[in-house]
Amino acid sequence: MLLKVEKLNVVLDGNQIIKNLSFNTEKGEILTILGPNGSGKSVLVKTLLGLIPYDGEITWEEKIKVGYLPQGLSHLKMQESPLTVREFFDLKSPSPTLQDIKYFLNLVGLELSILSQVAGTLSGGQFQRMLLAWVLISHPNVIFLDEPTTGVDIAGGKTIYSLLYDIKKKEDITVFLITHDLNIVYKHSTNVLCLSRQGYTCFGEPKQILNKKKLEQIFGMEIKYYKH
Amino acid sequence: MSTQLMLSLISGIFISSIAAYLGTLMLSKKMTIVAGPLAHLAFPGVALALVFGFNISIGVFPFVIVGAILIWYLEKKTKLPLENLSAIIFASGVGIGLLFLPIDKAEEALVGSIISITPVETFLVIVLSILVFFVTRHIYKKVILINIHEGLAKVEGINVDIYNLIYLLSIAIVVALSVYLVGALITAALIAIPPASAKNISNSFRSYKIWAVLFGVVSAVLGIVISRIFGLPTGPVVVLVGVMIFLFSIIFKKNSWKIEGSY
Repeated sequence: MLLKVEKLNVVLDGNQIIKNLSFNTEKGEILTILGPNGSGKSVLVKTLLGLIPYDGEITWEEKIKVGYLPQGLSHLKMQESPLTVREFFDLKSPSPTLQDIKYFLNLVGLELSILSQVAGTLSGGQFQRMLLAWVLISHPNVIFLDEPTTGVDIAGGKTIYSLLYDIKKKEDITVFLITHDLNIVYKHSTNVLCLSRQGYTCFGEPKQILNKKKLEQIFGMEIKYYKH
Repeated sequence: MSTQLMLSLISGIFISSIAAYLGTLMLSKKMTIVAGPLAHLAFPGVALALVFGFNISIGVFPFVIVGAILIWYLEKKTKLPLENLSAIIFASGVGIGLLFLPIDKAEEALVGSIISITPVETFLVIVLSILVFFVTRHIYKKVILINIHEGLAKVEGINVDIYNLIYLLSIAIVVALSVYLVGALITAALIAIPPASAKNISNSFRSYKIWAVLFGVVSAVLGIVISRIFGLPTGPVVVLVGVMIFLFSIIFKKNSWKIEGSY
């Protein structure tokens, strides 16, 4: 077992964000964390990454290497500084070799000519791919992707996920994915962990647990969804 | 050239280049705003030095460094924005300073005293500038990553608290040095203006750093020389030369890399 979470409780500024949550994740899974805004998805990810204090037990298998693609890190934010793509890769320590950078840019379908481009000038889709390459280049066993489609048009968004799926076949990684997108959940997830603002949670295979009733409990009443 | 002018120029070059170098980091975290309040913490130090008759630098350093540690600690504790905390520090500095500062003798603290800098002080400036340069170079990439995303930096194995502290201490030392060159009132200009001009004309972080240091040095040298020729106070002239460079940089502004509101 890669990860075992037991009776996890997270309190932030006096609010209980995560209540009594337990689940397991096996190696090689794609676990989707699903829920509306404010249900604690990002908080859960940050807790699993060790960035937030908690009560309960989080047990990782030994010797794992984690990669993280955080929410809200967009090409727009990067416009604050004239950092080129090459310089952005150099921020990693140890700095990756040019050969590695080329390999991973190629893997995510980016041209090598973007290396000298300022990261803030990339399009939303290019930037997300570049970030994915940046995360993958350290050869993590586990990656956390917090809403990787934020700021990307639909076509771009779809390719990011299919890309991820392709890469997963080549690299032996476990993926924790936060998303609103139910299509992604059905197509690619091994398991789904759902969170709601009311503290309702569910966990299991997508086809098994995601029915209309449960979705309404997670998202509220006015959900429209189509089973694929 | 007189020895005194040589000393002033040497210190000016060292202070302005390290201030601009560190400033390139601060601009991207919107931290340049912190330098001003820190410089005002020099006031109580200057006041004590004047009242008790010891060297001003001995008064300035402890106050600025304690101020930096205080800002770091309060940010960790209260999670208030840095600007906010700096304002508090700023007010305390000026408040305490004005209580004790003999106003008639305060000119040195206000506009800088580089024109009368001693050989020993010049030596100290050089040593401290070199020290801060190596420390900054060591933490540079990590601080950029922290600026981009703190959580990401932590996952990459960076101890954010320690790096922030080292970073603030470096800023404190540079601020204290800058008080010599331009005085406490306009120290921020030495840290903020050269990187701002450099950013206008750079298309990589490398060129941004190089131009910032170059602009800093040019402002200091021209400022010192011009102020000597016309018998003007040094600090304000250094700052004004920096502002002139900034205005020119707007004309040559590249910023092809900045696409407004693009998605």
